[in-house]
Amino acid sequence: MSDCHSSGVSEVINLASTGETKMPVIALAGQPNMGKSTLFNLLTGLNQHVGNWPGKTVEQRSGNFTLDGKTYHLVDLPGTYSLTANSPEEVIAREFILTERPDVVIAVVSAANLERSLYLVSELVCLPVPVVVALNMMDVAQQEGMKVDAAVLSKELNLPVVPITATRALGVRDLLQEAVDVINGKEQTLPNIPEIRADVTKAIETVENLIENYVPTDYTPGWVALKLLEGDTEITKSMKTALPEEKWKAVNTVLLENDDAMVVVASGRYNWIGNIVRLTIERPKMGQISVTERLDRVATHPVWGLFVLAGILGLVFWLTFTIGSPLQSWLATQVVGRIAGFMRTVMVTSPAWLRSLVVDGVIGGVGAVLTFLPILMIFFASFGFLEDIGYMARAAYVMDNIMHMMGLHGKSFLPLFLGFGCNVPAIMGTRVIDSKQARILTILIAPLIPCTARMAVIAFLAPAFFGKQAFLVSWGLILFSIIMLVVLGILLNKVVFKGERSAFIMEMPLYHIPNLRTVGLLVWQRALSFLKKAGTTILIASVIIWGLSYLPAGDLNTSYLAIFGKWLTPVGKLMGFDWRLTVALISSFPAKENAIATLGVLFGSSANSGLATTLASTFSGATAISFLVVTMLFIPCLATVAVIRQETGSIKWTAFSVMMFLVLSTVSGIIVYHVALLL
Amino acid sequence: MQNSVVQSFLSEIPTGENVIIESLCEGNELNRRLTSLGFTPGTGINIVQNFGHGPMIVNVRGTRVALGRGEAAKIFVQKEE
Repeated sequence: MSDCHSSGVSEVINLASTGETKMPVIALAGQPNMGKSTLFNLLTGLNQHVGNWPGKTVEQRSGNFTLDGKTYHLVDLPGTYSLTANSPEEVIAREFILTERPDVVIAVVSAANLERSLYLVSELVCLPVPVVVALNMMDVAQQEGMKVDAAVLSKELNLPVVPITATRALGVRDLLQEAVDVINGKEQTLPNIPEIRADVTKAIETVENLIENYVPTDYTPGWVALKLLEGDTEITKSMKTALPEEKWKAVNTVLLENDDAMVVVASGRYNWIGNIVRLTIERPKMGQISVTERLDRVATHPVWGLFVLAGILGLVFWLTFTIGSPLQSWLATQVVGRIAGFMRTVMVTSPAWLRSLVVDGVIGGVGAVLTFLPILMIFFASFGFLEDIGYMARAAYVMDNIMHMMGLHGKSFLPLFLGFGCNVPAIMGTRVIDSKQARILTILIAPLIPCTARMAVIAFLAPAFFGKQAFLVSWGLILFSIIMLVVLGILLNKVVFKGERSAFIMEMPLYHIPNLRTVGLLVWQRALSFLKKAGTTILIASVIIWGLSYLPAGDLNTSYLAIFGKWLTPVGKLMGFDWRLTVALISSFPAKENAIATLGVLFGSSANSGLATTLASTFSGATAISFLVVTMLFIPCLATVAVIRQETGSIKWTAFSVMMFLVLSTVSGIIVYHVALLL
Repeated sequence: MQNSVVQSFLSEIPTGENVIIESLCEGNELNRRLTSLGFTPGTGINIVQNFGHGPMIVNVRGTRVALGRGEAAKIFVQKEE
């Protein structure tokens, strides 16, 4: 007996031929590291839309392509190992197939890793959609001395199989032609289906009969029964509510009698795959030592691996400081500064408030954020490059022990590291973390990594206040911030997440030559999304902050912001601040380096002439150190908060993050100030 | 030569050895993730790297997989000596 029913499949083949009027939908399914993204980028290029799956924080990519004058819609399903509800990605992939019913699903498998990659296919063939198999990485298989016969695979699966090499665009036209033939009903698919042990098959049938009339419309009873026996949390939950109590009791009894069904089903699928693979692969992999094995002897070594990681990170830093930072200051002075100056002259006849709105509010706020784009792009590119060559998994592996302390695992390390450049890519980078909890924890602590903007503030203020000891103070501040990160990580993990830690199971993909198209598209999309944010959220908030600092009289000293700062004096006093320092701190919210400009205005001297001396003579050492500490730990900048909102998909977590940093910075400021007074 | 079957946990197997999965311990979520990556009873595993502390790397069905020590300690294996 088969582990799912073929009735659903034939039903959809009829459906496929009817949907003539609207654009045909092709879904791309595949496990991670099978070259699915490469294929998707190849087909859609820049003609793709990146967003989130409705209600989820998982990236959704879709796009159109044209073949023989007809346009098709291509949806890139998240990369998943199976279709059981282990992760949001897996739920999304199967929900899309079941409820949207794409006209055809292209399953991307790797010829070099056929056994494992067919596991997803063994699940896809049980869903009521036609499947076409793209046998990718034919070149890698060949390099490894394997001979994979697509015709045999096609015969054994009873599905169309097209050999391709997506990185070199080989065989892609044939693949699309095959998919189109299936859509047009020229080719029918009725796949062979994995067989599983008789007793579990019987249990599936029993459950199927019990639930028959209670299954949601898009689902087939056979598939739901199978998932129940596999212990799928989502399906179990929904059927428990859908079924009348006595029916659920009966179902539950069967489930309890077959508590090993999950392993039996998986073994059944792998046996089925094993037979197919034996016939398909004519010449198995030879016993030579692969490049991956050789590289991994160093890259995953507990000691050498850390050196390799340090070297790579050093290189990323070097790139940031030799290319990113100079570009950033060039943009700030030569582009944003000149535009501001130009607008000031052009608008000389317009009202002062309008001029100030444009120059100080819009250009000063959004412009300052935009100058960070080169640094962001360097980080996006480095991150994408390391991911694409397969190194990311190694970095996660060698850092696992250290990250363990905070209830995180290695995968959180690289996103955190990116924070040294800018917290924005750090928070976006947490997408590589598969457990939602670990991801939120990483997002919460990431702003404690001192970014280049905060370092710029420190680099100006520390010498102003502490002269020769500035270097020591700066390092102390960085160290303090990182210690806070570790402490906060441990605390949040214990208190908020109750010390739960998701399992660390991670594929170590084969190393491969990076695909510049993939990396380029990633940088492009991330940069675009950041620019959009700068034009919306950041623009609005910059204008608001400007309004507060300008109104009512057009003078910062008498503005609402100043009034607010004075009103906060009792709190500020605890930290040793006068109202001007409080205002400077608040004004650092749109962009951290604003703090210096604000101090310049409040003290009537610019950063270039005398501000440092004025500050040093006005404030005591205790106040100075307290202000530096609070600046380091204060609410992350506007861009970061906007990205936290985007990536957590939750206002609650965003508010939690803002409040947490507000409390953390204030309390630290108070303690540091009072301790410093004693010294 | 006499063959004796020795059973132990995957986390205790040194680098370079080959073992066969005997069974997976309780824990539905972990099991589902393990099985979808190819860890099913009867499957051969090659230990690529195990330094006795921290995570380890194994080769299962032609894929290199990194496993936390805690996770590896939940996979019961047998080896032939």
